[in-house]
Amino acid sequence: MQQQLTAKERMKIPRHHMIEQDPLERSRNFEEVNLGYTAKMAQEEALRCIQCPKPSCVEGCPVNIQIKDFINLIAEGDFLGAVHKIKEDNALPAICGRVCPQEEQCEQACVVGKRGEPVAIGYLERFVADYERKQGKIEYPTINKSTGKKIAIVGSGPAGLSCANDLVQWGHKVTVFEALHELGGVLVYGIPEFRLPKEIVRKEIDGLRKMGVEFVTDAVIGRTTTVDELMQEEGYDAVFVGVGAGLPWFMGIPGENLVGVYSANEFLTRVNLMKAYRFPEFDSPILDCRGKNVAVFGGGNTAMDAVRTSLRLGAKNAYIVYRRSEKEMPARVEEVKHAKEEGVQFKILTNPVEFIGDEKEWLKAVKLIKMELGEPDDSGRRRPVPIEGSEYIMDIDIAVVAIGNGSNPLIQQTTPEIETSKRGTIVVDSETMKTSKKGVFAGGDIVTGGATVILAMGAGRKAAKAIHEYVMEGKW
Amino acid sequence: MFKIVKAEFLAQDIKLFQIEAPRIAKKRKAGQFVIIRLDEHGERIPLTIADSDPEKGTITIVVQGVGKTTKALNLKETGDTIMDVVGPLGEPSHIEKFGTAVSIGGGVGTAIAYPTAKALKEAGNYVITINGARSKDLVILEEEMKQVSDEAYITTDDGSYGFHGFVTQKLQALIDEGKKLDFVLAIGPIPMMKAVADVTRPYGIKTVVSLNPIMVDGTGMCGGCRVIVNGQSKFACVDGPEFDAHGVDFHNLADRNKMYSVYEKEALEKFEHECKLDKKIEAIENAG
Ligand SMILES: Cc1cc2nc3c(=O)[nH]c(=O)nc-3n(C[C@H](O)[C@H](O)[C@H](O)COP(=O)(O)OP(=O)(O)OC[C@H]3O[C@@H](n4cnc5c(N)ncnc54)[C@H](O)[C@@H]3O)c2cc1C
Ligand SMILES: Cc1cc2nc3c(=O)[nH]c(=O)nc-3n(C[C@H](O)[C@H](O)[C@H](O)COP(=O)(O)OP(=O)(O)OC[C@H]3O[C@@H](n4cnc5c(N)ncnc54)[C@H](O)[C@@H]3O)c2cc1C
Ligand code: SF4
Ligand code: SF4
Ligand code: FES
Repeated sequence: MQQQLTAKERMKIPRHHMIEQDPLERSRNFEEVNLGYTAKMAQEEALRCIQCPKPSCVEGCPVNIQIKDFINLIAEGDFLGAVHKIKEDNALPAICGRVCPQEEQCEQACVVGKRGEPVAIGYLERFVADYERKQGKIEYPTINKSTGKKIAIVGSGPAGLSCANDLVQWGHKVTVFEALHELGGVLVYGIPEFRLPKEIVRKEIDGLRKMGVEFVTDAVIGRTTTVDELMQEEGYDAVFVGVGAGLPWFMGIPGENLVGVYSANEFLTRVNLMKAYRFPEFDSPILDCRGKNVAVFGGGNTAMDAVRTSLRLGAKNAYIVYRRSEKEMPARVEEVKHAKEEGVQFKILTNPVEFIGDEKEWLKAVKLIKMELGEPDDSGRRRPVPIEGSEYIMDIDIAVVAIGNGSNPLIQQTTPEIETSKRGTIVVDSETMKTSKKGVFAGGDIVTGGATVILAMGAGRKAAKAIHEYVMEGKW
Repeated sequence: MFKIVKAEFLAQDIKLFQIEAPRIAKKRKAGQFVIIRLDEHGERIPLTIADSDPEKGTITIVVQGVGKTTKALNLKETGDTIMDVVGPLGEPSHIEKFGTAVSIGGGVGTAIAYPTAKALKEAGNYVITINGARSKDLVILEEEMKQVSDEAYITTDDGSYGFHGFVTQKLQALIDEGKKLDFVLAIGPIPMMKAVADVTRPYGIKTVVSLNPIMVDGTGMCGGCRVIVNGQSKFACVDGPEFDAHGVDFHNLADRNKMYSVYEKEALEKFEHECKLDKKIEAIENAG
């Protein structure tokens, strides 16, 4: 069919919007917000792709998924073919299709977007991955003959999982060590159910298990065992460190230890990992948000996740307080849009100065100050500067600090041979992901600082390739 | 799954468990703890490793039943399992030869102080232990403590055993006798630790307390366990749990620990209600 359409005709087809749960309804439940395309919508959306001879979209994707080809397969109705095409470059399409900041990556580079709206690459990726899963037709790649090499992967986030995925296929014995009781890293403890159902992450992990990857939970490397012990005593030939950026920053303002001030990590972990929203059926509690005023500080995905979670926990007023303007917000555009539709109130160009508590040290208000944008800083974004005398007080019951994470120093402290930067991230060779310690590789947020799922995945795969070469040839 | 190989009550509501956890048993040092989760729906709670046997691959914990999770744990018997046990977490106690070292334990804090007292003894210190309980039947680990002490004292609030009074009174008495104390470790309820800090402060005796904030992950990821020490925020699970007693903001810790009290009460009531129901059903079944 698509042969008959000219490029012009294709570009006239309007972009298919995602089917979504109604904002009012969804802001009170934890079900997924985006419901997905139908097969018909997916095929029509695929027709919008003009099949560029030199597809710029592929350059926009950090792992260079063969976007043009997989979209063509969708247009032809070969959904399974399409997902297999994606999986040549990306092991976790159901996840990336949901959480990638497409508007800055593949879709930003799509030529159709130069005139109107770009092809919905992310939604299509998600559609075929979901199709495969729902059909129960997941095909597992063939596993090469055993090489007899043992590889330890530390951390079960996207970096670790994608590294394991490649290495196990090449015939290595792969063991993933995870500090928490659940596997998936930020995908399970950070990103909420309404954006990424945990069932999807679990299925991906089950797949890896079927392929032979072994998982050890409750193992904090640096405490339970060290990298050196893994290599010297447990016989691992190489180690991949993908421990993420999991040390929450606070702002260092007065009152930050009042009852009711959470880090986003704690707030989201209690809800997602510990299922506090189902207390007392689950044992871990979270402060009751019903009828309360909740303010979240920050403008990234984490902040959006926290503020939208607070609405679902019953908050009366849910605020985002961000010190720059909306344009500078690092969150995905879709998350900001969803948050607004759900009733989140945005206080931009505003910064907290102090948390104020009562005599029992319970949070009751925050002192805020208005900001204006000054000269650009190192990151190229205009630096926010406080407007003198513009302080005011806002009543709040719960505060969530979502200004980012530093790197957890446990591994570096116990394995000092691994070189780190001033910021505490692990230093690696950008091509091979080799650290300064022989046999140890690293990738994902522990190297870049808080970044994205797809970058972590890409790093995991790059490292897998280098690990394979290293263990097979023995050359460092 | 982690298997319980021994379970016995030491006193009312205080139970000792030996758990199979070979990796942790090999690694742990005095002052470190584990985080356990009983089952799929369980909370993650921290418990100090009171002892370990690297050969047998077991660790020992001593638990006081105070709420839903600890009471449910105390219903477990030899052969039962615990879903998750992760550790050893926290920084080990800083052990050196101080000279005369006093280890003070209040209630279940005695069990938490035991491994550090033992390590202090092994490091060549003259070790004095003062362990307090409300009354005689709540005194735990008396024998074990004696074995690692050069002088061992028991205090009871009601005077039913040992010294009549609080641990701080005994500590003050030692100071008044003119004993030169070089190091004090205090572990127990927050008011007790605060009181010990207040006793030693004027004398400038180096004093360390093991703090018990509410924790989730125990790896530095959530920041829920933050405590204020010398005006700075510290994460007790990675920077502690032991801190300089004279710098700790005990008020903040006490207030933060009350954060979930209404939920804890609700969970406990629900749990006790269910336990009663279970017992009734059992009785009916037995009768029928
Ligand atoms: C709330 C939130 C929302 C986000 N939303 C998005 C989004 O929409 N799109 C996007 O692209 N990115 C998003 N991100 C960023 C993205 O999730 C991360 O960049 C990505 O998960 C990094 O992957 P990783 O594998 O490096 O680390 P992580 O996902 O952090 O996984 C690391 C794992 O290692 C474990 N670990 C840590 N230390 C040890 C140790 N010593 N021993 C054993 N295990 C250890 C941790 O428990 C964790 O499971 C979000 C992040 C957060 C926090
Ligand atoms: C480093 C550390 C070591 C500890 N070692 C021991 C030990 O060896 N033996 C022992 O009996 N107790 C120990 N505790 C205390 C023990 O963790 C709490 O008694 C337990 O969590 C209570 O849970 P619960 O559900 O039974 O009671 P709840 O009714 O939930 O709570 C009772 C009290 O325990 C505290 N608490 C609740 N949840 C947590 C949590 N997730 N983390 C920490 N504290 C919490 C609260 O302050 C609360 O007031 C330790 C605590 C810490 C931080
Ligand atoms: S992985 Fe992300 S960037 Fe790459 S094509 Fe898919 S959605 Fe786009
Ligand atoms: S740039 Fe856009 S139109 Fe061109 S191939 Fe890629 S998705 Fe299709
Ligand atoms: S318990 Fe989460 S940081 Fe300490």
